[in-house]
Amino acid sequence: MRIARRDERPKRPDAIKPGAVLAHVGGCLPIMNRSQNAIVQFDNVGLRYGTGKEVLGDLSFTLYPGSFYFLTGASGAGKTSLLRLLYLAQRPSRGMIRMFGTDVITLPRARLPSFRRRLGVVFQDFRLVGHLSAFDNVALPLRVAGVADEDLQKPVSEMLDWVGLTDRADARPATLSGGEQQRVAIARAVIGRPDMLIADEPTGNVDPEMAVKLLRLFEALNRLGTTVVVATHDLHLLKKVPESLIMRLDKGRLTDPTGALRYPPRRDVGAV
Amino acid sequence: MNARVGSLATALSRRFAFPSGERGQQLLPQARLGGPMPWVIAIMIMLTTVAAAGGLALSNVAGAARGAVSGAVTVQIVNASIPARNRQAEAALSVLRDMPQVASAQRVPDKELEELLKPWMGDVATGDSASDPIAIPALIDVTLRGAASDKALPAIQNRLVTVAPSALVDAQSRWLQPVFAAIRSLQWLSLALIALLALAGLAAVWLAARSALGSNRETIEIIHHLGGTDAQIAGIFQRSVTLDAAIGAVVGVVLGLATVLILGQQFAELGSGMVSQGSLGWLDWLAIALVPVFGIVLAGMTARFTVMVALRRML
Ligand SMILES: Nc1ncnc2c1ncn2[C@@H]1O[C@H](COP(=O)(O)OP(=O)(O)OP(=O)(O)O)[C@@H](O)[C@H]1O
Ligand SMILES: [Mg+2]
Repeated sequence: MRIARRDERPKRPDAIKPGAVLAHVGGCLPIMNRSQNAIVQFDNVGLRYGTGKEVLGDLSFTLYPGSFYFLTGASGAGKTSLLRLLYLAQRPSRGMIRMFGTDVITLPRARLPSFRRRLGVVFQDFRLVGHLSAFDNVALPLRVAGVADEDLQKPVSEMLDWVGLTDRADARPATLSGGEQQRVAIARAVIGRPDMLIADEPTGNVDPEMAVKLLRLFEALNRLGTTVVVATHDLHLLKKVPESLIMRLDKGRLTDPTGALRYPPRRDVGAV
Repeated sequence: MNARVGSLATALSRRFAFPSGERGQQLLPQARLGGPMPWVIAIMIMLTTVAAAGGLALSNVAGAARGAVSGAVTVQIVNASIPARNRQAEAALSVLRDMPQVASAQRVPDKELEELLKPWMGDVATGDSASDPIAIPALIDVTLRGAASDKALPAIQNRLVTVAPSALVDAQSRWLQPVFAAIRSLQWLSLALIALLALAGLAAVWLAARSALGSNRETIEIIHHLGGTDAQIAGIFQRSVTLDAAIGAVVGVVLGLATVLILGQQFAELGSGMVSQGSLGWLDWLAIALVPVFGIVLAGMTARFTVMVALRRML
């Protein structure tokens, strides 16, 4: 099933099955491997907008490949801000961030696009391109990546089918309902099968049934090896993905109810 | 659900490699300048074409005229006595022909002078007609090897003074000085016009590129977040702006050339020798053809630069 050309990228660590991160439980890995294995590593990261007070402070955590993370917290806690750091839309005011093993803070601007192409992002406000159809919006990451038109017809159609928008493929975002727009945004985020999926309130505009369906999509992607980070304040959602790890933001500080951030993660979490 | 997951796996089965190829024309179908922009460019290019053609034609006129008269010197022998005048003229002629800097020297036959003067002075007696002769000067047309400079003329005058004391040496170009001065002013004017038009065109393209950037900012940010490179995004803009500029430039150059050709025809009908020397050579046409090319390139580069600067402000 897995196709060639992947070898151009750094090899994904073996943690690609659900709960695979738990395979390390038992602490048999030397501490060195901690950072080598990490897909994301934050060290004492702080963020303030302009001269305001810090909206994020002292963030230190590690995300592991193939894991499924929920990021929760009250409105205004800083979830979007943290995700913006993750999807490289914002530099922190202090601290260190490593992604895919590279320090992204000192990385030259010119090298950031190749990192962004390894991410799939569902923005809280969708950010669909208004003058493009649903189809073209979903195709956008592939076009940016230089995929030929004839090669993207099939995957984009299948992706639209998956989010149930086949018959709305030609519709502009403005003529789509909020939930439909959200599904287009999700389809666009996952179409390139990113190494990491970052979704900001991806189920905020859909009914519970569709929310669960979309979660299944994320899980499926996760099973294919993608690390998933979903920000939500819908606590019901958390229970739907038993193997998920939970990060909690409280006024810009990270708390860790499930030990998701500890290494190795707590044994009882995610044990299916 | 399993079937669904299976189909998702199919949908995602192909990991897309990321070639460096930068296709993406369809990304921003609305990044066109649109609106009045191609017309502004058309007008700019048309005016520039006309100004350039005018400047080049003037330069040809001036060059031809200057070339024709640059070595031309007129020697007049002004003497009331016809025999003395003729004698001095003969002597001057032979001296002139012996001078190394003189390429040729001919006396303008009196008959010709009479013909020239007839419209103004009626029948004038020159040669042997006795009754009340008006002494018209003897004229010698001299062509120098070099230019009739301020140094060359006194030298000739000094040589002639002994054999022909009544000789007056004049450069023909001196009479045309005011004409040359006027032409030169017009040339400067056309150069200044071209420079101003280029500047105004640049400003117009810059403003248009900025407004296109503003109305596409969202899209640009999205493509930026999806991993689009600066070069990719700027390239999309550059392409569409260049296309718009090309449409404008073609219209402009067609209108400009039509104007030039009509004006040229009207001047040609004047039948003046000077005007016919102002016709444009192939090099001139080449220069005029470069006007729209230059305009298009300028527009594209301006758009690219504008977008690059805006992008550099994003992380
Ligand atoms: N661009 C900005 N400039 C200044 N302050 C900002 C900016 N973006 C966010 N903030 C502030 O940072 C804090 C965290 O905002 P953020 O959007 O990260 O919260 P959130 O957890 O995503 O909230 P929600 O659940 O409502 O989406 C808020 O107090 C907000 O006012
Ligand atoms: Mg938010």
